[in-house]
Amino acid sequence: MDKIIDVNNLSKSFEVSSKEPGIKGTIKHFFKRKIKKINVINDINFEIREGEIVGFLGANGAGKTTILKILCGLLYPSKGYISVSGYRPFERKQDFLKNITLIMGQKQQLIWDLPPMDSFYLNAAIYGIEKNKAQKRIDELSEMLEIKEELYLPVRKLSLGQRMKAELLAALIHKPKILFLDEPTLGLDINAQTNLRRFLKVYNKETGATILLTSHYMKDITYLCKRVICIHNGYIQYDGKLNRLLTQLTPNKDLSIICKTIKDVRSLSKLGYKVKNKTSNEITLTINKNEITKVLKEIVNKFDIEDIHINEPPIDETVGKILINKI
Amino acid sequence: MSKSFLYKINTLLKIQYSNMLEYRVEIALWAISGIIPFFMLNIWTNNGLNESINLSKIMLSRYFISAFFVRQFSVVWVVFTFEEDALLGKLSPYLIQPLHPFFRYFAQHIAEQLTRLPFALLIALIFFILNPESFWIPAVKTTIFAGLATFLSFLIQFLMQSVIATFCFWTEKASSIEKLLFIPTLFLSGLLAPVSSFPEFVKSWVYFTPFPYLINFPANLLSGNDPNIISGICMQLIWVIIFFCIFAKTWKSGTKKFTAMGL
Repeated sequence: MDKIIDVNNLSKSFEVSSKEPGIKGTIKHFFKRKIKKINVINDINFEIREGEIVGFLGANGAGKTTILKILCGLLYPSKGYISVSGYRPFERKQDFLKNITLIMGQKQQLIWDLPPMDSFYLNAAIYGIEKNKAQKRIDELSEMLEIKEELYLPVRKLSLGQRMKAELLAALIHKPKILFLDEPTLGLDINAQTNLRRFLKVYNKETGATILLTSHYMKDITYLCKRVICIHNGYIQYDGKLNRLLTQLTPNKDLSIICKTIKDVRSLSKLGYKVKNKTSNEITLTINKNEITKVLKEIVNKFDIEDIHINEPPIDETVGKILINKI
Repeated sequence: MSKSFLYKINTLLKIQYSNMLEYRVEIALWAISGIIPFFMLNIWTNNGLNESINLSKIMLSRYFISAFFVRQFSVVWVVFTFEEDALLGKLSPYLIQPLHPFFRYFAQHIAEQLTRLPFALLIALIFFILNPESFWIPAVKTTIFAGLATFLSFLIQFLMQSVIATFCFWTEKASSIEKLLFIPTLFLSGLLAPVSSFPEFVKSWVYFTPFPYLINFPANLLSGNDPNIISGICMQLIWVIIFFCIFAKTWKSGTKKFTAMGL
């Protein structure tokens, strides 16, 4: 796979004015503004290959969305070199813009009072797609997204899920090679989230499009992304496979054992493994992933067990640690 | 102009026109709210002020109905829409599409003017029923030049406001700057009185500003007051070029400052 995005020593800073609270602060602010420079992105480097789906993880304000905004050409970088599909994004050359799309959850580009079809035809014209070809593309995508009759209703009458599907259709009408998705499932119900994730996976498989994604819904990341980039305070803290990150963060598994006697529960608690929970007939031990087979054999051979469960720590909890900077 | 660009603009106009038709009541109210020239006509004629500028009552009423028409087809609000789009994050998707965002606003204005046309004609009809002596049909050549002058007036105002709109990249309240233009536009454009009625001192410099070319020149042209067509249109073109160059510069530097707020 060829390299499609190349980022070297990228930095971005903003100047913001700060104000002390109260009337005194307001008057001071009126006469003299205190300008503060905030470094949002600090000297980051990464590469993305064609067809990859990469998730950006980080707490609010970590700099994930700023990176997406720079990569799609909305923001001018303060420092560094960026190449996206061979173009400098900020120059916003027509051929570059025809290759990309940006989808923002809860933000819309569809015309509010008209049916989505009108926005689709407008987008098709903007991207230079003839009407009959646009119609074919709309048919294809509406079938994939399972949306049909709704396309003829005014956007304001659609549900959030239907609107998001229509937004996606509008954003993909020109067959972009690179998709920048900023919280695409924000506010959607569970079913709509699942459908959207499935659609993106199929879209990536069928078209080979590269997808860059930020989301606070961990299912979006775990379902779609093999690779993640973790951002904290504008620095990259981790760039690699999601599985490896999860192994690093959670080297242990929980083993829940239901015993027939209280005596067995007591004996199990004295085996030397960390006890997470204990009741009259059930005990949960925390075991290192590498030792799990050995420990299982030992327990099954020595004790009279009624039932046994191996639990992975919840992935949301694990990745949540990244968001509150526990890595 | 390439075929693909015309296809973009044509579709944009059609879609914006459909969108504007959704707001027909609002547009009718907008058209009605533009009747300042009729109030001014009333003040002028009831006080016999027309005699002081050697203009008959009929010519003056033709001037003001023409001013009404020019105003109807040169109203601009791009700074307000752009400011809202920039602050609420709606501008971001437009910026990454292969069409300059200002074409959207331009198409919105043209579509709005087309929607406004029947209402403006209806108001004019009522005016002529009440003032039958003022009725006239301008010559085809006059109508064409007046139409061109009105379009150029719209273009000057659109570019002037677009320059101010680009200040949104530096300040969040660019529309406040636009208010600075309101007073000179109101008094110097010819909306309240024909520029020929202004004191000599004002007349000595006002023609070097863009304001008389916004209402006074096209309205005089349409009403048959015979202004100098060539020099008027040349001045309008010069202002279009000047504001376009300023806009291109402020846009280029402004987009580098864009922080994609509300996204």
